[in-house]
Amino acid sequence: MSMNSEGRVTRPENTASSSAPPTFTGNRALMLEEKLIFEQDDYARTGVDLPEPPKVASRLGGLERNRPIGLPGLPEPEAVRHYTRLSRQNYAIDLGLFPLGSCTMKHNPRLNEKVARMPGFADIHPLAPVDTVQGALAVIHELAGWLKTLTGMAAVAMAPKAGAHGELCGLLAIRAAQEARGDARSVILVPESAHGTNPATAAFCNYRVENIPATAEGRVDLDALKARLGPDVAGVMITNPNTCGLFERDMKAISDAVHAAGGLVYCDGANFNAIVGRVRPGDLGIDAMHINLHKTFSTPHGGGGPGSGPVVFSAALAPFAPLPFVDRQGDRYVLVEEETAGDHHGSSFGRMAAFHGQMGMFTRALSYILSHGADGLRQVAEDAVLNANYVLRSLEDVLDAPFAASGPCMHEALFSDAGLAAGFTTLDIAKGLIDEGFHPMTMYFPLVVHGAMLIEPTETEGKATLDQFIGALRSVAERARAGDPALKAAPALAPRRRLDETAAARKPVLVWKEAALTEAAE
Amino acid sequence: MRYLPLTDADRSAMLATIGASSVDELFVDVPAAAQLAGPIEGLAPHASELSVERHMARLAKQNLSAGDAPFFLGCGAYRHHIPASVDHLIQRGEFLTSYTPYQPEIAQGTLQALFEFQTQVARLLGCDVANASMYDGSTACWEAITMARRVTRRGKAILSAGLHPHYVSLARTMARFTGDSLDIALPELTTGAPGDDMARLIDAIDGDTSCVVVQNPNILGHVADLSELAARAHEKGALLIAVVTEPVSLGAVRSPGEMGADIVVGEGQSIGVGLNFGGPYVGLFACAEKYVRQMPGRLAGVTHDADGQRGFVLTLSTREQHIRREKATSNICTNAGLCALAFSAHMTLLGETGLRNLAALNHAGAVAAADRLAKLPGVELVNGAFFNEFTLKLPTESRPVVRALADKGILGGVSLGRLYPEAPALANGLVVAVTETSSAEDVETLAQALEAELAA
Repeated sequence: MSMNSEGRVTRPENTASSSAPPTFTGNRALMLEEKLIFEQDDYARTGVDLPEPPKVASRLGGLERNRPIGLPGLPEPEAVRHYTRLSRQNYAIDLGLFPLGSCTMKHNPRLNEKVARMPGFADIHPLAPVDTVQGALAVIHELAGWLKTLTGMAAVAMAPKAGAHGELCGLLAIRAAQEARGDARSVILVPESAHGTNPATAAFCNYRVENIPATAEGRVDLDALKARLGPDVAGVMITNPNTCGLFERDMKAISDAVHAAGGLVYCDGANFNAIVGRVRPGDLGIDAMHINLHKTFSTPHGGGGPGSGPVVFSAALAPFAPLPFVDRQGDRYVLVEEETAGDHHGSSFGRMAAFHGQMGMFTRALSYILSHGADGLRQVAEDAVLNANYVLRSLEDVLDAPFAASGPCMHEALFSDAGLAAGFTTLDIAKGLIDEGFHPMTMYFPLVVHGAMLIEPTETEGKATLDQFIGALRSVAERARAGDPALKAAPALAPRRRLDETAAARKPVLVWKEAALTEAAE
Repeated sequence: MRYLPLTDADRSAMLATIGASSVDELFVDVPAAAQLAGPIEGLAPHASELSVERHMARLAKQNLSAGDAPFFLGCGAYRHHIPASVDHLIQRGEFLTSYTPYQPEIAQGTLQALFEFQTQVARLLGCDVANASMYDGSTACWEAITMARRVTRRGKAILSAGLHPHYVSLARTMARFTGDSLDIALPELTTGAPGDDMARLIDAIDGDTSCVVVQNPNILGHVADLSELAARAHEKGALLIAVVTEPVSLGAVRSPGEMGADIVVGEGQSIGVGLNFGGPYVGLFACAEKYVRQMPGRLAGVTHDADGQRGFVLTLSTREQHIRREKATSNICTNAGLCALAFSAHMTLLGETGLRNLAALNHAGAVAAADRLAKLPGVELVNGAFFNEFTLKLPTESRPVVRALADKGILGGVSLGRLYPEAPALANGLVVAVTETSSAEDVETLAQALEAELAA
């Protein structure tokens, strides 16, 4: 039965005013405001039915928790509504183009979600006897095999939990390898255009970081790099394709020079999506490279993780790879841990996380690789590069593209803020795009370009979506060039207008306290 | 290819706009020698959903999943029932397929959820503040040690013998390269002992000590009072780091923060996140407010927008790698956002009432199981105080026993022989975890099978 029980067809009665009046609730129709869980409960309720615990004499050694904890509970209808309402205040790849450069926000296939939730993968314990988890070890072994094949490398460590953890894995292997030959070195060279994780990782394992300059066309300055190499340089960390969206043409020459000086080459594989199936990093002299399964291999980003960062190694570094890892002995898979490593993996630098890596990401990534197959993966790289170049060439007349003259880009297009009206910035363009219904591009990164805007459309966007995005960005860019004051007020249509990050940092409120919150909101 | 929307006509039109005659022209900067001539070796062409699902299902079926067996494994990962709504909520595309909330105006959902998560974690662990998550408990533990180094400007960490051996192993890996010094010991399988190495820890604290790291409940399941240890550490200017690998315990046991810990880290998997063969999990990280600027990881905070409306943003980013680069407090970037959401949603459903009931159920089940198993001939219960996990000393090595039980379809516990292969004194230890998912019938099945195995 329809809502319109009287059979009348309604029509708009008054179209005179388009601006909506304030509402009693603060809601705007489908956009619903949602209080914190701490503001909507008396802390006594629960959304979980459990049996009455049997009465037993406590064996907690007199350490019973006897003070209130302060955890509100919501019955299921309210909990579901709470998180559903919150979810609707998020932009997501499921809603539209998410062109964050170097983040590779591509479609997340739902088959992968289904597979990861099969009880045989989701409901097995990391310390279960290995004979009861042969299928899980087979997944790790099979995925490891494809990662080695795709990169042309000798070995792979599956343990790292995310990209930065993979960087750590790579640098620890480099340290271990050089120390093993009695050649401890202290410096890691990193280009200015590198992700912040590169220098942070090098520092995390006690290296001193020095910058390598870039050429005018946005690539590593090979001569400057060669001039700096020496007995104190442990290695370099190069992102290829780099964060200007360009392939490092001299990669092999860089590797050869670093090797000649006794160093090793780490490659940040964040941008592997541009070359998967077309180029094997192993052919470029790279010794270690992490692969973000949550980028190239489509596992979901989940609002900031979990990630997964397996690291492939050259033959020179393979003996130093971390524990544990999966090996095949006859028709049986075994887990090589501390106990058994001594036999044939005695140089391993050790363990870098509690268990065996991000199994839930391995099942998804393997499903993705098998779904695409050899032809599909190559097409992934080609379409990703095609889409990025299409964006670059469609906008270079309205946005400054500092490296466009030197040739095509790879998977991402880089623009600068040159040419915007005085007082107008990259931030204004980003916020204007929000009102147009798009997530903004990466802003102010890489640091080598003023007011950088880095756009990575990925291969999972069709031409119509790209055309709409290009039209929207063109419109916003023209407003920024013309100095349209309304752009300064963007976003006007999002759940919130521009938020005061300075105020948040000046007086941090990081947990709920009634008084503090009231004060911050004032 | 179902994940690729471009048609050949689209590709041609786009190449024309770009001014290139073929896609190969776009790869002009890649030296010819580095380009793969043919297809990827050995990889079949693209495959249908049906065929990929069949392949993966075949592999999944080769595993004995916890739900299909009497199940008693713990030691850092625990099987709890997760309400159906939790998995439904984290699969909403707006959560699942969003990125780190760098554009807060269109990421308030993630940011508010993280702020609620931080508050829940801080209260649960008994600390002032918590961050938006780490990779897992083991990596959070090492990050806490490096944070204590920054706070105290000292480089010696004393690790309790009861700290999870994988966490110790990770710390050893890192310390070898960072120059931190670690004081390490093995646990002992002595029944009736106080259950922890408090005396050793207190004796070892000196003027060079940055921190003491103690796990509660510890790897053998012992629950201990940390107050004295905290006081002694503070007297010498050192921090107390407490590690919690079973956060459900905090529905029953006093929190480490209440007992004086300065930094509390944990493995949050127990709440909202499945076993997943070891990952992804969610690291918990909380500390006293005065140390917040030395904390690793992301933080969500409160602010207001241009209209004065309350909103949430990522804050104190000047600690982080994307701003500070080599001077950052950590290299962590991607954390465990979706698992943190699962933790938070499960905790919101439980509430304090549900968490306390859940903890009581776990404890009661474990007490009953410990008493039943300790009656078996030659079997001794090692623990005095414990929560939902305890250690048995068998009359024989436990590893073959665990394997024999697995052959009978029973996942009967974790053998200390597997966790400490280098320590013969621990070889007879069997750690048994009992949660609300283990029935009394399961316990009886285990007891009878274990008795039969020990008699064989």
